[in-house]
Amino acid sequence: MRREKLRALQPLAEPGSPEHLRVRQLRARDLLRGDLDDAELEEHVSQAVVTTSLGKLLNWAASNSMFPMTFGLACCAMEMIAVVGSPRNDLARFGAEALRASPRQADLIILSGRVSIKMAPVVRRLYDQMLEPRWAISMGACSSSGGMFANYAVVQGADKFMPIDVHVPGCPPRPEALIYGFNKLQHQIEGHPDMGWRRRYNAIGTEEWARDDVIAGQPSAAAEAAYARARQAVAESAESTGPEGPGGPPVRGAGTR
Amino acid sequence: MPDPPGLELIAGELRDAHAGSVLGTYHEHGQACLIVDPEQVLPVLRWLRDTPGQEYRFLASLHGVDYLPAEPRFGVHYELLNRDRVERVRVRAAVADPGGDDLPSLESCVPLFPTAEFQEREVYDFFGIVFRGHPDLRRILLPEVYAGWPQRRDFPVGGEPVVFTYNEHEVPGWSQ
Repeated sequence: MRREKLRALQPLAEPGSPEHLRVRQLRARDLLRGDLDDAELEEHVSQAVVTTSLGKLLNWAASNSMFPMTFGLACCAMEMIAVVGSPRNDLARFGAEALRASPRQADLIILSGRVSIKMAPVVRRLYDQMLEPRWAISMGACSSSGGMFANYAVVQGADKFMPIDVHVPGCPPRPEALIYGFNKLQHQIEGHPDMGWRRRYNAIGTEEWARDDVIAGQPSAAAEAAYARARQAVAESAESTGPEGPGGPPVRGAGTR
Repeated sequence: MPDPPGLELIAGELRDAHAGSVLGTYHEHGQACLIVDPEQVLPVLRWLRDTPGQEYRFLASLHGVDYLPAEPRFGVHYELLNRDRVERVRVRAAVADPGGDDLPSLESCVPLFPTAEFQEREVYDFFGIVFRGHPDLRRILLPEVYAGWPQRRDFPVGGEPVVFTYNEHEVPGWSQ
C-alpha cells in the first residue's frame, strides 16, 4: 500500500496509533528507496535520527552487555545466583546474563562473600587476569568491610587489595539490592568514559610484574624507572588537557585514599 | 561408654602397665576421660588400641584446647572409639607451655593412627603445638607465611580496628 493512500484513508491518525506507525514504516522504506521528498525527509530525519558521540555509544553498549564472572565466595553467592539464574530477578533484563567461567572473557567480578587472607591473592590474581575495561562489585557486608568476621582469617574489606567500583550493603543483600548496585555501575560506565582502573583510582605506578632481582620490600631498578615514567606520563597528560585531566570530569567518589 | 567404675578400672590397668602415665580421670556428661602425661601418650594410645578387652581401634577426632590460665595450659584430646561395643573414651594429654618463644611439643600419633596426620597439622596450625615425628608438619588451613597461633586464648580477637565514619581519622594509614 502506498503511503499517500494510507494517509488519505486516515488523515487524522493520532501519533502512536497503528496507522501512524505504519506511515512511519512506509516512510522509512521510501527513504531507503530514495523516494522521500524535501519536507517529509526533514520531518523523518528529525523524528528518526539521534546524534551522539561514538564514545557515548560504546559506553552505552558496554554497560548493557556486561559479562560477569562465575565466581562465588560464600553465602552471598546464593543471592547472586538468584539474580542471574532465576526468572524472578533475571539480570538478562540488563544484559548481564552471560556468566563466563574464565576471567579472560569477563569484565565484571562480583565478590560475593568474605575474602579470607588465603583467598585474597587468588581473587587479586583473577582480577588482574581480566581484560580492561573491567569492574568489580563488592557484594555484602563481609567483602566490603569484613562484616561480622573481625578475626584473624578474613580480610577487613576487599578494597584493601583490589579496586572496587560499587559496594552493595546487606547481609546478604537481597537480589534487588544487587540489581540496584549493578544499575549504579551501569550508570557509572555510561556517565564516565573508561580510563582503566589505575587511572580511575589514581593508582598509576603500582603495576607489578615478575622480576629476577628481588630484594624483599624494595622495587627493582627497572621497576623504579617504569614507575617514574608512568607518573611522568600522567602528570604531562594532566597538564596538557587542563585541570580536569583527560576524559572529562573526575569520577565522583574516586578520590585519593 | 565406660561408666565411672569402668573408667577407673581402665585407669588402674594403665597405671599398672605404664607407671605414672595417668594423671587423673573425670566423667562428665556421660563421657569418660583420661588425663595423661604427654610424654607417655603414645604408649597409652597403643595400650588402649591393642590390649584385648579394650581395643579402641578408631581415632574419631584429635583436637587441641587452650585452658589459659589453667596449668598445664594446653590439652590435646584424642577421641577413641571401639566400634564393636560402640564405646568411646577420651584421652587428654596435658601439655605445659614451655614459655618464651618455645613451642609445646609431644609425640605424634601418626604411626598408630594415620588419620591423625591432617588433624595434628590443624592443631599445630592454630595452637602451635609441635608433634614430634610427624611426617609433614606444616600449616594446613592458614597461609604458610602466617605469624602467630590464632586459636590461643591470648591471641587478639580482631586483627585490626573496625573503621566507621566517626573513627576513621584515628585509624593509621586509612585516610591518607
